Amino acid sequence: MKQEVLFQMKSPYRDDFKIQGFRFGEGEKSVAIVGAMRGDEIQQQFTCSQVVKNLIELEKEGRILPGHEILVIPSANHFSMNINKRFWAMDNTDINRMFPGYDKGETTQRIAAALFDEVRGFKYGIQLASFYMPGEFIPHVRMMDTGFQNVKLAKKFGLPYVLVRKPKPYDTAVLNYNWQIFDTQAFSIYSGDTDTINKESAKIAWLSILRFLNSMKIIKKDMHDGFNSSVLHDHDLETIKSNQAGILYSQRGAKDEVKAGDLLAKILDPFTGAVRSEIHSPIDGTIFFAHDKPLIHQNTVMYRIVKF
Amino acid sequence: MIKTIISEGLPVDEQLLIRKKVIQNGTGQKRICIVTGTHGDELEGQYVCFELIRRLNENIQFLDGTVEVYPALNPLGVDSVTRGIPTFDLDMNRIFPGDPNGHLIEHTAYEIIQDLRGADMVIDIHASNIFLREMMQARINVQMSKKLIPFANSLNIDFIWIHDAATVLESTLAHSLNAIKTPTIVVEMGIGMRITRDYGNRLVDGIFNMMKKMKMWSGPIANDISKPMLSTTGVVCFMNADVSGIIIPTVSHSVDVKKGDLLCQIVDPFEGVVLQNVLSPVDGVVFTLRTYPVVYEGSLIARIFSKTPCSESL
Repeated sequence: MKQEVLFQMKSPYRDDFKIQGFRFGEGEKSVAIVGAMRGDEIQQQFTCSQVVKNLIELEKEGRILPGHEILVIPSANHFSMNINKRFWAMDNTDINRMFPGYDKGETTQRIAAALFDEVRGFKYGIQLASFYMPGEFIPHVRMMDTGFQNVKLAKKFGLPYVLVRKPKPYDTAVLNYNWQIFDTQAFSIYSGDTDTINKESAKIAWLSILRFLNSMKIIKKDMHDGFNSSVLHDHDLETIKSNQAGILYSQRGAKDEVKAGDLLAKILDPFTGAVRSEIHSPIDGTIFFAHDKPLIHQNTVMYRIVKF
Repeated sequence: MIKTIISEGLPVDEQLLIRKKVIQNGTGQKRICIVTGTHGDELEGQYVCFELIRRLNENIQFLDGTVEVYPALNPLGVDSVTRGIPTFDLDMNRIFPGDPNGHLIEHTAYEIIQDLRGADMVIDIHASNIFLREMMQARINVQMSKKLIPFANSLNIDFIWIHDAATVLESTLAHSLNAIKTPTIVVEMGIGMRITRDYGNRLVDGIFNMMKKMKMWSGPIANDISKPMLSTTGVVCFMNADVSGIIIPTVSHSVDVKKGDLLCQIVDPFEGVVLQNVLSPVDGVVFTLRTYPVVYEGSLIARIFSKTPCSESL
């Protein structure tokens, strides 16, 4: 393993900002893995650190197969993480809305350009991603329907689900989309948490990455095949929105199997504690996404359920 | 009449309210919309809303049509000194056209688009951010330029910046509205967290001038409407910081500069040394100038409109 400083920038008073890369093996640019790009992506940083730890051990044991280069970048925004900010510490811009970047542009455009320059040209790109809204997910692989996506490959991660979704207007500036445009097979791994460490779901995520590397014959490791992933599209998910605002008293969370009519949550009056609304499942299915904050706004997404 | 277009519950005893003022007179069917407050720290549009409504109220007999004023598309942000959407930590001008089945804010963005749809003109007023001061300017996507430039010419602004298609952000309100054939011009002026009264008065004069040309206004208008420079008659030079440090400004905003003029210095207060003398690479007018002193490598310092090509930094 070679640890390298891929990008370095001086700050007026803080320590230098550095993006560190961990490079394994030599040969074809096989896989680039990117962890936290936002300051609150602690689960993603932790997961990536565990991938590095596992790859160091595999390398020692000679189980990174010849002819493959793996690059892991656990953090591209610790300047924000260290001060509990989500977006870039200075101007609050989102690095993951700046790709492919511009090396003569604004600071986060330059960071994105430097990062993309390093991870571009790999055969596979894996990003440990977080959702832009608060909530808990079933661990899954997410791909954008750009016409370049390869669902068969996504199933090699062995996670319960592969979600293929239509790009939204802002997606053209995210890493995953740009990877695909520049001929890298790109996958976003959602492990379910963001600003807290959930070791159980993190382990599912890092094992899924190792499983993918094993399956693509980049590493050699004895491990089971994981799930036979179900492939979902947006229309396979039933959205349940809040009809009231208040204190959210959740009774079911992500991964739970539910039947039509099951009570999922109650929304309580924040003054009297009276039940304002009971949220019931309209279908039989598995909860794919659950809002997990204690307060809920009206008319916002509480659950997304995979229909059986 | 004040009309509520969004009313959704917040967790504790409060509604998220997005409202517009509707001023109508006569039988004319033309409708213009003035929107602002998408970014909660951009307040220049607040004065424009006040002054526009004040003048309309005093001279309503000259109006033939409908003027709708939306002072705060992001009321939680405006009222809490927050640029993005509080609790969601999102830039509201990156989620359009929204989604009727999405989260509250995506749903809200969708409803805003539906409410503005069909207007004869939408003016989307922005005020840069807390870092940069902007000359009064309209920003227009090249694909819409033929239709929008005549309107922008009437707004009493200094500059019209035509953007290449490749640099257009598709998730903005303006792009989303233009995509559904609701003509929309973005006006950028001034600086975040402040009100520049002179700019506000000028834009209000420009809006009345535009309404006159649209045959919605028969009252008096200012007779000194300025003719803006058009970006396609020259080039826009970007100047970004080569080093991180503290900026000491030398020139003022909106001035003409010569090639080689010192715009500012980036200094290291620890060592008492100048890290970079930022020189103008061209003759031109400084239409964007950084006012916030702390910079990182890459921070935008100035934009200069010039009739000659941008050379490498001096």
